[in-house]
Amino acid sequence: MTSGMWKDVGSIDDISAQGARVVKTSFGRIAVFKSLDGQVYAIEDKCPHLGGPLSQGIVHGARVTCPLHNWVIDLSSGGVVGPDEGCVNRFPVKVEGGRILLDFSVRIEKAA
Amino acid sequence: MKQKLVVVGNGMAPGRVLERLLEADPDGFEITIFNAEKRVNYDRIMLSPVLSGEKKFEEIVIHGDAWYEQHAIALIKGRKVIAIDREAKRVTAEGGMTANYDKLLIATGSVPFIIPVPGNDLPGVLTYRDLDDVHAMMVAADQGKKNAVVIGGGLLGLEAAAGLKAQGMDVTVLHLMETLMERQLDKTGGHLLQRELERRGIRVITKANTREILGEDHVTGVRLEDDTTMPADLVIMAVGIRPNSELGKQAGLKVNRGILVDDKLHTSDPDILAVGECVEFENNVYGLVAPLYEMANIAASELTGAETEGFRHSALATKLKVTGIDLYSAGDFTEGEDREEIVLRDAMAGLYKRLVIKDDKIIGAVLYGDTADGAWFFQHIKNQTDISDMRDTLIFGPAFAGGAPLDPTAAVAALPDDAEICGCNGICKSKIVDTITKKELTSLDDVRAHTKASASCGSCTGLVEQLLALTLGDGYDPSAVQPMCGCTDLGHGDVRRFIVAKKLKTIPDLMQELEWNSSGGCAKCRPALNYYMVSTWPGEYTDDYQSRYINERVHANIQKDGTYSVVPRMWGGVTSAKELRAIADVVEKFDIPSVKCTGGQRIDMLGVKKEDLPAVWADLNDAGMVSGHAYAKGLRTVKTCVGTDWCRFGTQDSTGLGIRIEKFMWGSWTPAKVKMSVSGFPLNCAEATCKDVGVVCVDSGYEIHFAGAAGLDIKGTEVLCHADSEDETLQIIVALVQLYREQGHYLERIYKWTRRVGIDEIKAAVVEDLEQRKALFERFVYSQKFSQSDPWSARASGRDAFEFHPMSTISFSEAAE
Repeated sequence: MTSGMWKDVGSIDDISAQGARVVKTSFGRIAVFKSLDGQVYAIEDKCPHLGGPLSQGIVHGARVTCPLHNWVIDLSSGGVVGPDEGCVNRFPVKVEGGRILLDFSVRIEKAA
Repeated sequence: MKQKLVVVGNGMAPGRVLERLLEADPDGFEITIFNAEKRVNYDRIMLSPVLSGEKKFEEIVIHGDAWYEQHAIALIKGRKVIAIDREAKRVTAEGGMTANYDKLLIATGSVPFIIPVPGNDLPGVLTYRDLDDVHAMMVAADQGKKNAVVIGGGLLGLEAAAGLKAQGMDVTVLHLMETLMERQLDKTGGHLLQRELERRGIRVITKANTREILGEDHVTGVRLEDDTTMPADLVIMAVGIRPNSELGKQAGLKVNRGILVDDKLHTSDPDILAVGECVEFENNVYGLVAPLYEMANIAASELTGAETEGFRHSALATKLKVTGIDLYSAGDFTEGEDREEIVLRDAMAGLYKRLVIKDDKIIGAVLYGDTADGAWFFQHIKNQTDISDMRDTLIFGPAFAGGAPLDPTAAVAALPDDAEICGCNGICKSKIVDTITKKELTSLDDVRAHTKASASCGSCTGLVEQLLALTLGDGYDPSAVQPMCGCTDLGHGDVRRFIVAKKLKTIPDLMQELEWNSSGGCAKCRPALNYYMVSTWPGEYTDDYQSRYINERVHANIQKDGTYSVVPRMWGGVTSAKELRAIADVVEKFDIPSVKCTGGQRIDMLGVKKEDLPAVWADLNDAGMVSGHAYAKGLRTVKTCVGTDWCRFGTQDSTGLGIRIEKFMWGSWTPAKVKMSVSGFPLNCAEATCKDVGVVCVDSGYEIHFAGAAGLDIKGTEVLCHADSEDETLQIIVALVQLYREQGHYLERIYKWTRRVGIDEIKAAVVEDLEQRKALFERFVYSQKFSQSDPWSARASGRDAFEFHPMSTISFSEAAE
């Protein structure tokens, strides 16, 4: 069990409510979302359907609609909201002192 | 030889007489109408929705100017007829104008009753009869007048009160009797209604006897018999109407309260007929539309010599037209020795149903809270059905009568063929069902267009929908026309109306007020709502960035790999060496993989990385190019041919006109994309006849087309009209697009909007009614002040910079440390 690999990726104010920003990493793009109520979510920026950039979608509640073919992804589970099926990788997120921290350990272990 | 028919009055009853007459005998009469109002015929029962802001005047017009023209009817507006010479068979109007008749139809309607108290003639004291009254009320509300007092708690008074409340005024209703609407409602119903109105913030004082209206040169208040006084900037008298029989009396016709007519609507002079609120039949006078329309049908038959059964006085049904209050009453429901009643009451659910029974027949019904069974009860009242066999379950309606299954369409299925569904227009069940079958109708709008059922007050909409469901079975999909999305039960049209009526100016306000069931909406409703706000409140509303689809956020088109395509505007499809050179340079500089000509006569650069967009735009801007809005629900391209500049067939400067239209209209947001075209000759090389809006130049000017499609659907355009000049062409096109901007549902292309609202209505607004055309044009010009700026240059200078950069970059090695 790792203690987590938390990295500062930006300020909570860098993302507008119902908006998203991208964190670029050497293993791909991560979409970081902020919902209307201020919750922050991070998922792989890649729709399980045809790889659409989820960071460009419209955020509603704790969901995002993919800009390419309107698949809807649940941000807290990473799952696709029916009738379609699929799942995207999630990243643990915490906000401390106004900074957004992502835990990369899960992804690193997979990559390793 | 045509007979001369003169009609005095142009309300709903004579309007219906003329419709029926023209159907039966289009060439039989030479018709002249005198109208004291300076207007065409409109739907007077819809004044309340106009006052509350849910409808506009144009939407309640029954016959526009074009209709009179088409049927060669001389409509003389603003002239009141003051004398009838029965011997010479001639009428005289104010100003001395005369007209001879073979047959005369009097339809002078009614006048509001003004209570005889001091101050009743002060400015600010209004009645509630016609559009002038409604305008005066709306102006008062707009001027920030605060207090309105409505005298009279009947149908009209309460609708006026609700409308004024919707206009933001503080409203008090004064009612002389103990309970509201005592002529249509029993006491319990009246109390329930009062409670509901009070819950909506309307003050109600019953047993209120007005002593005087206060004020010096304008009304300032009202004083009651018990010395209660209240401030008032506006006083509405809605205590009742009386037949306007003055003209009949002067002409020596037999008159009592109203002009006396027999069951064929003849007055005491065989060449003079009378219909509507001005008549009296067997001691009855009328104020509801259903019997007036019945009179109109009979009068039309009389004029053409067709046989009819004659007019019979029968039970009447009423519905209160206040959004959100369901109230229905029919027949006679006063209490009496010989009467029994069946009552169902659920105060918590706000439900109250009462049936009055006499000799095993229903003679009256009052329904509050749930009025779905109203038509069924009303039918039994009219048919005098013996109800002794179903008495046990009668109050539960047709769903339980005789153990019929609990199907939502059961109530309507149980109705006989001749049951009246639409009281306003007198349309029965079989007519609707037959039309649905014969014309293969599939939607409510179709039924409205073809039968007029539910097209007036709309209170029978539920029944008509059930008839559709019943007739089409699974073929009817109300969801296809109904809610905008899962967040609401309201359709696009309802939402647009509420935005205007309730002056909803932000998306959160709208969701609160219209009771959205999700917090913050969804990806379907938010872009639609944002468009409705942008188009309804130009200059006031701040665009909601997060409710825009990505293409409209970043002003480029997203591609399958997450890159973008960029299309600069090429006005009318014309370019230059300088522009082409700039495009070539940008393509090389930013390593853009693909360059292609679009179908709209411009150049598309595909595969641009998102981060590069602002720099690409800056370079294009430097060469004088701006965004082509190829990504927008807005004006896209105006395609042209070379016209008189080069073409040996060209009749007009089609290129110049196309450029002019594009330069005038670019930047405007529309419900869906708008593509236009101008062809210089009927050979139509610019393919104008499959565009949203197209112009085909001809020798004599410009033929304007619209509502074409060449995508998912293929459809040739409709001809809108001919214009003589470029200026007129531009004005008509702009008015057309503005009407579409105001009425279109989000993502509904012009051809679908046209199919929904009807070509005639669009022509009436932008071609025939010059004032409306001008008003539409001006509203478009006003909104352009806020939308006609290049989004590319703004972003090239740093706006929304966050959109084009990652929040941070984390390298794998760093992360793995």
